[in-house]
Amino acid sequence: MTETITAVPYDEAIARYEPLIGLETHVELGTITKMFCGCPAAFGAEPNAAVCPVCLGLPGSLPVTNRSAIEYTIRIGLALNCSIASWCRFARKNYFYPDMPKDYQISQYDEPLCTDGWLDIVVDGIDFRVGIERVHMEEDTGKSLHVGGATGRIHGADYSLVDYNRSGIPLVEVVTKPVPGTGTLAPVVARAYVTELREVLRALGVSDVRMEEGSLRCDVNTSLAPRGASQWGTRTETKNVNSLRSVERAVRSEIERQAAVLDAGGRVIQETRHFHEESGLTTSGRSKEEAQDYRYFPEPDLVPVAPAAEWVEQLRATLPELPSARRARLQAEWGLSDLDMTALGNAGALDLVADTVTAGATPADARKWWLGELSRHANESGTELAALAVTPAQVARIAAIVASGALNDTLARQVLEGVLAGQGSPDEIVAARGLAVVSDDATLLAAIDAAIAAHQDVAAKIRNGKAAAAGALVGAVMKATRGQADAARVRELILERLGQAYPLRDP
Amino acid sequence: MDSELTRMTAAGIAALVAAGEVSAVEVAAAHLDRIEAVDERVHAFLHVAADSALRAARAIDDRRAAGQPLGPLAGVPLALKDVFTTTDMPTTCGSRILEGWRPPYDATVTGRLRRAGIVILGKANMDEFAMGSSTENSAFGPSRNPWDLSRVPGGSSGGSSAAVAAFEAPLAIGTDTGGSIRQPGAVTGIVGVKPTYGGSSRYGVVAFASSLDTPGPLARTVLDAALLHEAMSGHDPCDSTSVDAPVPPVVAAARQADVSGLRIGVVTELNGEGYQPGVITRFTEAVELLESMGAKVTEVSCPHFGYALPAYYLIAPSECSSNLARFDAMRYGLRVGDDGTRSAEEVMSLTRAAGFGAEVKRRIILGTYALSSGYYDAYYGKAQQVRTLITRDFEKAFEQVDVLVSPATPTTAFPIGERADDPMAMYLADLCTIPSNLAGNAAISVPCGLAPEDGLPVGLQVMAPVLADDRMYRVAAAVEAALGQRRGHPLLDEANGLGEARPGQEGRR
Ligand SMILES: [Zn+2]
Repeated sequence: MTETITAVPYDEAIARYEPLIGLETHVELGTITKMFCGCPAAFGAEPNAAVCPVCLGLPGSLPVTNRSAIEYTIRIGLALNCSIASWCRFARKNYFYPDMPKDYQISQYDEPLCTDGWLDIVVDGIDFRVGIERVHMEEDTGKSLHVGGATGRIHGADYSLVDYNRSGIPLVEVVTKPVPGTGTLAPVVARAYVTELREVLRALGVSDVRMEEGSLRCDVNTSLAPRGASQWGTRTETKNVNSLRSVERAVRSEIERQAAVLDAGGRVIQETRHFHEESGLTTSGRSKEEAQDYRYFPEPDLVPVAPAAEWVEQLRATLPELPSARRARLQAEWGLSDLDMTALGNAGALDLVADTVTAGATPADARKWWLGELSRHANESGTELAALAVTPAQVARIAAIVASGALNDTLARQVLEGVLAGQGSPDEIVAARGLAVVSDDATLLAAIDAAIAAHQDVAAKIRNGKAAAAGALVGAVMKATRGQADAARVRELILERLGQAYPLRDP
Repeated sequence: MDSELTRMTAAGIAALVAAGEVSAVEVAAAHLDRIEAVDERVHAFLHVAADSALRAARAIDDRRAAGQPLGPLAGVPLALKDVFTTTDMPTTCGSRILEGWRPPYDATVTGRLRRAGIVILGKANMDEFAMGSSTENSAFGPSRNPWDLSRVPGGSSGGSSAAVAAFEAPLAIGTDTGGSIRQPGAVTGIVGVKPTYGGSSRYGVVAFASSLDTPGPLARTVLDAALLHEAMSGHDPCDSTSVDAPVPPVVAAARQADVSGLRIGVVTELNGEGYQPGVITRFTEAVELLESMGAKVTEVSCPHFGYALPAYYLIAPSECSSNLARFDAMRYGLRVGDDGTRSAEEVMSLTRAAGFGAEVKRRIILGTYALSSGYYDAYYGKAQQVRTLITRDFEKAFEQVDVLVSPATPTTAFPIGERADDPMAMYLADLCTIPSNLAGNAAISVPCGLAPEDGLPVGLQVMAPVLADDRMYRVAAAVEAALGQRRGHPLLDEANGLGEARPGQEGRR
């Protein structure tokens, strides 16, 4: 569909309109088996190898609810401050689609397991409380593969194949309430919410939350109302938003597009839109006016889900420390400012630093390595910090060797290079390269005397009280010792040698 | 001997097999011969599995020879309604859309039958997807009533009832969604049982209406039905609606056959106008008989039973509209129009148009409408409320009496074709049976004589509370014994549709 509207620049759009956003996030649970049968829920099997009569929807087969999936969902609900229903049912969502074996999806409709919670996030130092409307369970569909044709889409394809391995994998859908008052921050708030939700899910250990692989999928609802208007505008639902960056871009792009529609005196159509990663734009899908009637009704093949109150309380009592609480604790333990914490978070270094501290490094050392040398490496190689070929334990070991005085920073960086290059553990590299700080004064004095002899003019300046000139001699000594000397000790010895022994050490 | 074997009860056959007086293979062969001889006229079977039946029978004989213990029905042949999945036979549900489909798995009931040493002779005819009361909706032609081949054997489990009544099998299994076991049982003069919902597993039963479908036995005697009831029932972890409780002691109850002191309620609303006079005559006699045997009979009103039929015809079609969506030509069964030019949606649509019969389409459309946005509350929602009221009617009634009784059907077997174009008239066949499906309680139909005006069988329905299935067996067995004694011979000896009424029995009603 071609749309001739020219988007309004973001700042102008925000100046005239107030955005309202909402998010629906699908999370594939990391249970061992599928939602309603005993097939493995893991990725990677040969197509249609992890299937059975139930997840193929064969005539006569019946679903049986996976108790682990209910447990995971309750834990998610509790972590999001939701009420847990003491009795609820599954419902059938009816529509025809080749990759949906029963031509209905078992989901939850008006009786979700978890309702009415919230998730707090901080954006640019501003607190936002995102209301959670509901958290409910459903089953995933199979996956269609359209073969032939130019686009890989169904139109123009020669034939289609369906892989039902994914059919019946447990899904949880987390639906927010509309989030008002975000103003110009709307796209960033949307992204921050998904980021925080992902952290919560990761902390709970209920999903591998990989957006690229589709284990976390987002639909973004956006609407605009003229500033000062008493009513919210018509919303669109943007699908196919497969990365954190895309969440932000999708909201931004919808705001710019809807502003243009409204500016032109048009009306925003309630519809599903598709986000395109390459262009950063959305295009129209099917509109709600022509949308399906899903004919929801309670699933008669399943008994109601009625989690006992004691079970829910037991799950509540055994929730892990959640990301926000953990961040607050670490910030206090490490004595960091809000800004420092934000920097750690933005760099994706929080867990790495925490693990490095756990492995024995001081918080200061851990931060220094991850935000300094290692961030530089990550930038240069265009990867995430966590993807670097070095473990927090190795970083902690390098820091420990430096702290013992056996290596200086220069040498330590060489060790790190070796680790990143896959040459072994820090200790192996130190041993293999014979790296060690030269701390034998006699060896150092010989090198210093040689340096003084070679730089008589500099030596004279120092003798005359210009201690600052010692740097050139230190450099010469370091070079002569191939960096293996302790620079501070060298400087001390030079000053002593040239009659400028005071101060012995920097205060 | 062979013709006598096919006239025997299941219990009798099992005893002979266990004693080594007859082999299971001989029993199976006798029944296969009988099928060969009469099924062209009766058309009870859609598929006869002679080889696998003989193989199963031989395995029983081998086990006996090896001194291994045999179950109480080992070596007994059975007709299995074609709605249960079977790995060694097609499963069509009486529909073109599943013609030739061979399931890759056995239904739980199928597996239990096999493990009990029961010999499955083949798959019994049925109304397409169990929707109907006559088998006229089978895509493969109707079955015929052994009492009168121009009449229906009831439905939807009409192939099962016809097979048993025509001595093609001593036992059959059906499914009862609105009366689909009890009504065919009643109109063919045999015993038909709808156990408590969830008492028998639905896993591998191709669904019509999930919240109503109940597999159950058909047999020529109450004890045979009880033996099969026990063999097929029990908790199944693959069906989460299956009841996790012991199977009620139905065999003991069938042997007890005693109603003294039992409180029996006659349902006011299932009587009177619209009922065939001869049906009421035989029903009233049966009630008097029970009273004479020491039961305390009272009349009990179930005021909401009058709404059961309309509620059923909203709930069952709603569930079926969803259950039957999966027949979309993508994975199994019929595929129409896949010539490389059409989309998947078009192929789905063409296949469903060609593969489903008129009644199935009617119910899918009814159900789709009833679940539609804007109509849900007025139809499906309201029907569920009625269902609750009917359940409460039962609960209140069972506070006053131990079992309820009514005619099983308003009329005797009707002629083939008579109601085929009048769905409402057809739906009325299930008037008496539907309330127990909506409430999920147990009910049985037991023969109580022949209607004077047409000489066709009448069924007495006995309804028992949820999980009290044994109570209705006590009553049914007592009626069966008393009437049998009075008559002096099995009722089915008088069936003459195949020209085989036993000499001297004509007119002895
Ligand atoms: Zn499976």
